[in-house]
Amino acid sequence: MCLGVPGRVLAVNGLVAIVDFWGVTREVRLELVDQPVAPGDYILNHVGYAIRRIPQDDIQETLALYEQLLESAQDDLMAADVRSEVQATGDQTGGGGRKAGGGTGANG
Amino acid sequence: MADAHAALTRLQFRDPERAAALVRALHRVTAEVRREPVAIMHVCGSHEQAIARFGLRAVFPRSLDVIMGPGCPVCITDLPEVDEAVALARQGIRLATYADMLKVRGSALSLADVQAEGARIDVVYSITQAVALARKTPSEPLVFFATGFETTAVATAAVILGDPPPNLSVLSAHKYIPPVMAIVSEMPDTRVEGFLAAGHAATITGWGIYEAFVARHRKPVVVAGFEPLDILAGLVRLVELVRDAAPEVANMYPRCVTKEGNLQAQQQLWRVFRPIGGRWRGIAHVPNGNLRLRDEWAGVDARRRFEIDVASLWDTAPPALVQQCICGDIMAGIASPRDCALFGRECLPDSAVGACMVSSEGTCRIWHQYGGHPDLAALPVDPYARRA
Repeated sequence: MCLGVPGRVLAVNGLVAIVDFWGVTREVRLELVDQPVAPGDYILNHVGYAIRRIPQDDIQETLALYEQLLESAQDDLMAADVRSEVQATGDQTGGGGRKAGGGTGANG
Repeated sequence: MADAHAALTRLQFRDPERAAALVRALHRVTAEVRREPVAIMHVCGSHEQAIARFGLRAVFPRSLDVIMGPGCPVCITDLPEVDEAVALARQGIRLATYADMLKVRGSALSLADVQAEGARIDVVYSITQAVALARKTPSEPLVFFATGFETTAVATAAVILGDPPPNLSVLSAHKYIPPVMAIVSEMPDTRVEGFLAAGHAATITGWGIYEAFVARHRKPVVVAGFEPLDILAGLVRLVELVRDAAPEVANMYPRCVTKEGNLQAQQQLWRVFRPIGGRWRGIAHVPNGNLRLRDEWAGVDARRRFEIDVASLWDTAPPALVQQCICGDIMAGIASPRDCALFGRECLPDSAVGACMVSSEGTCRIWHQYGGHPDLAALPVDPYARRA
């Protein structure tokens, strides 16, 4: 419950953002984030809410960190928590599975 | 040493050279304390997961005890709070809650027990999914059993402020971390000399919130992230502050945490919740440690909307093994899973006796999966000794 997961904002509609998490597209609420969020920004998602807009300088290393986590084995508790975090967002929006460039470099 | 961690603002999270340098620094700094053992506490299940999965305890100095305190949100949810949820479910009210809450026992029963009796309980990953469920069945009440620390409480607050569906109400068992650190500091048995604070909780609250604690209790607090190097760097800083008898707050997670934190989230948190004293499992009474809905949100407060009859549960005795469970002492930081006769025998992830074995953030579950205290001396080669 304590981790957050970074994702790339694809679109913003009022207080709802459509966010890509390594190819999984989810709705994330924006009520809690304390800075304006626009398409192309990265946010830290926690149980369906953006709690932080990740500063430009920190995006690469933040994504690298979580990609290392997600590459871990299926029974890894921390990786499982990250996967749950992605699940924790709103219902999957239409299409799903859209790739947003894949690796860290392409996402930056 | 101050220069060394100033240079760590851009961590390569698993760089072995840097890890080895930090491990050496940790050994040096711990030895400089000239008193042993040095006991520090972290209050975050994700810190414990990282420490265990990377086997960090094997490379910690033997005179450094890194203890997990009350940092598992599922585990510290107290018996009466679980009882309230169990009673509501038994009364025929539909519930939604996080998966780990199902198997956590109250005074006698868990939500999984009453689900087996036919009670309707939906597992959700977030309160937004509970909102969606409530919208699908507008004629039927749905209670969200809301657990977790400030990180999940802010999401609950946002939903309550955001015009939730009228059939949704909230049974708040949310907890607030800073007050429990004060209680652990004051426990007569405690050996804790400093705290490693959780990076994501501090993302919300800011690191400045720990200044009052440090001023009062004279124990340093270091905010740390969740990667091995984050944790090692945080520990080096923390033991330095212990060595120097310098009760200060240090932020070793600047890429996520500011002094003020997320003010917008804090405003919403405190508009919806008020802190009250109450019990935490294993810790007993924590002043201001529980978050309850303010009076103006009575309409979405399940405790006001429903008559909750927990007395009906008291006829059921807890399973005999529960009496041997020492989860309470483990969460208070005065015992480790190795001290428990049930650990890994009668108490297993699939047949958990206590809360610490249920949750993926519980110490027993984590130690069962990864081993808590690997013995490096038993390995044929000690990679860190070679580098030193």
